[in-house]
Amino acid sequence: MALEFKNLSKKEHDVTFIAPISLKLKPGIFNTILGPTLSGKTTLLRLMAGLDKPTSGEIWHKEINVTKLPVQKRNVAMVYQQFINYPTMTVFENIASPLRVKKVAEKEVKSRVHKVAELLKISPLLKRLPAELSGGQQQRTALARALTKEAELVLLDEPLANLDYKLREELREELPRLFVETGATVVYSTTEPSEALLLGGYSATLHEGRITQYDPTQSLYKDPKSLIAAKTFSDPPLNTVEVEKNGEGIFLDGGSHWKTSKYTNIPNGNYTLGFRAHHLKLSSTKNDDLKLAGEVVVTELSGSESFVHLKANGNNWVVHTHGIYNFREEEQIKMFLSLSNCYLFDTEGNRVYAE
Amino acid sequence: MAEVRLQQIRHSYNPDAGEKTEYALEKIDQVWEDGGAYALLGPSGCGKSTLLNIVSGLLQPTEGKVLFDNNDVTSRTPDQRNIAQIFQFPVVYDTMTVYDNLAFPLRNRKMGNAEIEERVKTVAEMLDLTASLNQRASGLTADGKQKISLGRGLVRSDVNIMMFDEPLTVIDPHLKWQLRTKLKKLHRQVGFTMVYVTHDQTEALTFAEKVAVMYEGEVVQFGTPEELFLKPNHTFVGHFIGSPGMNFLPCELDGGFPVFNGNRIKISAPVSQPETTKKMELGVRPEFVKIDANGFPVNINRIDDVGRYKIVKVENSGHYFNVYVPEELEIPSENMHVSFDPENTHIYCDGWLHDKKESS
Amino acid sequence: MIARVTNQKAWFMVLPVILLVAFNAVIPLMTVVNYSVQETFGNNVFFWEGFRWYEEVLNSERFHASMLRQIIFTSIILLIEIPLGIAIAMTMPRKGLGATLCLVLMSLPLLIPWNVVGAMWNIFALPEIGLLGHVVNSMGIDYNFTQQPISAWITIIAMDVWHWTSLVVLLSYAGLSAIPEAFYHAAQIDTATKWQIFRYIQLPKIKHVLTIAILLRFMDSFMIYTEPFVLTGGGPGNSTTFLSTDLVKIALGQFDLGPAAAMSLIYFLIVLLLCWVFYTLMMRNEEQ
Repeated sequence: MALEFKNLSKKEHDVTFIAPISLKLKPGIFNTILGPTLSGKTTLLRLMAGLDKPTSGEIWHKEINVTKLPVQKRNVAMVYQQFINYPTMTVFENIASPLRVKKVAEKEVKSRVHKVAELLKISPLLKRLPAELSGGQQQRTALARALTKEAELVLLDEPLANLDYKLREELREELPRLFVETGATVVYSTTEPSEALLLGGYSATLHEGRITQYDPTQSLYKDPKSLIAAKTFSDPPLNTVEVEKNGEGIFLDGGSHWKTSKYTNIPNGNYTLGFRAHHLKLSSTKNDDLKLAGEVVVTELSGSESFVHLKANGNNWVVHTHGIYNFREEEQIKMFLSLSNCYLFDTEGNRVYAE
Repeated sequence: MAEVRLQQIRHSYNPDAGEKTEYALEKIDQVWEDGGAYALLGPSGCGKSTLLNIVSGLLQPTEGKVLFDNNDVTSRTPDQRNIAQIFQFPVVYDTMTVYDNLAFPLRNRKMGNAEIEERVKTVAEMLDLTASLNQRASGLTADGKQKISLGRGLVRSDVNIMMFDEPLTVIDPHLKWQLRTKLKKLHRQVGFTMVYVTHDQTEALTFAEKVAVMYEGEVVQFGTPEELFLKPNHTFVGHFIGSPGMNFLPCELDGGFPVFNGNRIKISAPVSQPETTKKMELGVRPEFVKIDANGFPVNINRIDDVGRYKIVKVENSGHYFNVYVPEELEIPSENMHVSFDPENTHIYCDGWLHDKKESS
Repeated sequence: MIARVTNQKAWFMVLPVILLVAFNAVIPLMTVVNYSVQETFGNNVFFWEGFRWYEEVLNSERFHASMLRQIIFTSIILLIEIPLGIAIAMTMPRKGLGATLCLVLMSLPLLIPWNVVGAMWNIFALPEIGLLGHVVNSMGIDYNFTQQPISAWITIIAMDVWHWTSLVVLLSYAGLSAIPEAFYHAAQIDTATKWQIFRYIQLPKIKHVLTIAILLRFMDSFMIYTEPFVLTGGGPGNSTTFLSTDLVKIALGQFDLGPAAAMSLIYFLIVLLLCWVFYTLMMRNEEQ
């Protein structure tokens, strides 16, 4: 039941919204599209639904070319950021609407609606109108409606973005369970890397209309193949520094260096080193950790963690560490970094690996 | 800059309210010190925006007083209170340039042009807006416009208190990060009393020195981020702060120590028996649940890998709770046992923290 | 842009309407074009004249005069109705019973058939027996719209303002209601004066709605016929003969079909041109 794009692109008046993409989505799991705002997530989802026509390329679903098929003929369900429900219908009718279109018998409608309402915990609200519900309840109604349709393709466009933090956590836990059971291909778009990680499945990083990588989420996170993919999938932002690699090892500006025999397979020259904020540590456990110095700009403390923003040799870095560290501004601190936690990218932004 | 005092504030949107449930705000008593950074944290509908509007003067409270430096300002309008407020979505004067937007409040206060220029340029520098000063405000991105809103508050020197009503809602996550840090830096530089309203705990905890957690119209706890994290006064605070929130398990007291499913749990000191309680629970954060061969057994329900840590959902006697496991630690595939950190395990009676020690 | 549903059957459904519209609009228009280039003395005898009628009309003093009157009229109307409409919309309450009452009141003048409006004002302004006419005259002002051009003009303008300002009011009201509260709050905090709030917040935010209002009022006032005709018949003399009134006089009064057809086409093209200009300006604003 795979959804496949072949050279799919969308251009309007010389502005490229989606650069040519060829991708095969995995059925039966969560496919997360991760990217900043305006990277093309909504455009891509609309192309998948059939709400927009692509400028070039094709969309294939279950070995059938559906590119020219209008949205009504595609078996698609979509949930939006803005809790969209039919305002004049009760919650029950809202959830039942896809079944009514298919002319399903009343008894079956009742049982299916009740089953789905139970799953989404909105059974006591079936007689209410959407305007009488809270944001979270409205979105649950929209999700219930999408679920009832039993579509083969379910598209979720940042559905939790307008919800409270805690509500988001709750729903995020429930979503995978709900949709994956139906065996449908689920596509979920979001701007938050942590959400992608919590949803599991496969992820695609989208940047300015281009899919930079598509892999199992954990692999993408731990093993980004390009600088852009690494940056897209980092929150706090990826720390980077320009380095030079030569026969002795990897050198940073200012003299710090790792003596290492790794990376002998790649040519000497300039590279970009990237590492995540939580790998920059304030205390060292290993001897071959690089020692770095920096000046604190500001410290942010959440209940149990600290984000230390600092300047090191002209680079702006963030240390994300457990525990409360209330450094003063302009305080000089020492940091430690292990090479095994770093990613090396060449001048074109592609990842290079040690043998 | 001023000290802000809220005395006995109660507010209802219904003019003839009688029942408690009709009140949007119930007995709020707060003191915000001059130059401090505070946050009002709570879910939708808890009353935080209502409280903000009462402080700014856009709403008159049904009962109670608002004092700035011991002056009663309750009946004064917003422009008489010398406040600055940044709203959820950017509010800019579209037809004016960025410079004119920032100069607007100063021109209305009849400041001299030279002085205006100096202040506008300083603030633009602080907010990285110097390059766009001559552009039309309507052409900026959402975060640029929010910076303008912010700037209009910063240019004035007579601001008693600066209030932020979920200001990062429309900002892109990557830029949210930058703007958040900038706000914190700004607070250090400018020293205004600042209050930040949000439902996002990271925003609240990283910005504020002290946070007021609100629930259903009341301030349930007012403390530093550390206090809120380590010693929540109420199960709501335990649940709302922390991702995931605190674990709550039903328990009974035996000799001053909690007992969960027959397992005696160690806590730092035995507590006294409460008078009448309908519900007794023990609360412990996932961060303080350790994998411990000497602990009690649990079944693994699911594992979520967030990169720098994993959350393991475990089960014992039909009760589920979460365990925070750092990246480096291994999770046993079977026969998992856990124990709770005694210092950070608390007892809650009917939702409130119970830590009265045994008298003996 | 939503991808169109490809279903050819729909065309058959629409065919009858297309035929009807063609019959009622396109064919008469073509007939007028036909008349405008021919001369007839009746009995369906036609002589080809080419552009003679157009030249005659465009050079005629009479056409210039009524064109001038029309332009002056439309300008005065716009200058009065637009600011007045905005002002009234700003003072109307936004919520509650008062809002509903005001909206109903404002809609009433728009619901009256146009010739009834003309007839109403005719009687209302009669110098001896009309309420307005009598009151004004008893105040010492010499007022008689059937005999004095100035009085006729003032009466027509007053009638149009009474009749159509409501449209501007309703449109502006809708635009103003769409402005989020937060803008007013922020302005209050910035200690902006009422005028500044109007100039920097309200006016820019109702720009689009206002453009529509101006466009509509321009078109309607430029083509005005019924009300002034019923009120003054174009008089006294031809002081209130506007373009369309003049056109009807020529076409039906003198039965000069050729010049009338030419004039109506010129008229049509002027309105079309000005509307296109307005429309382009409006679209340019949108893009900005």
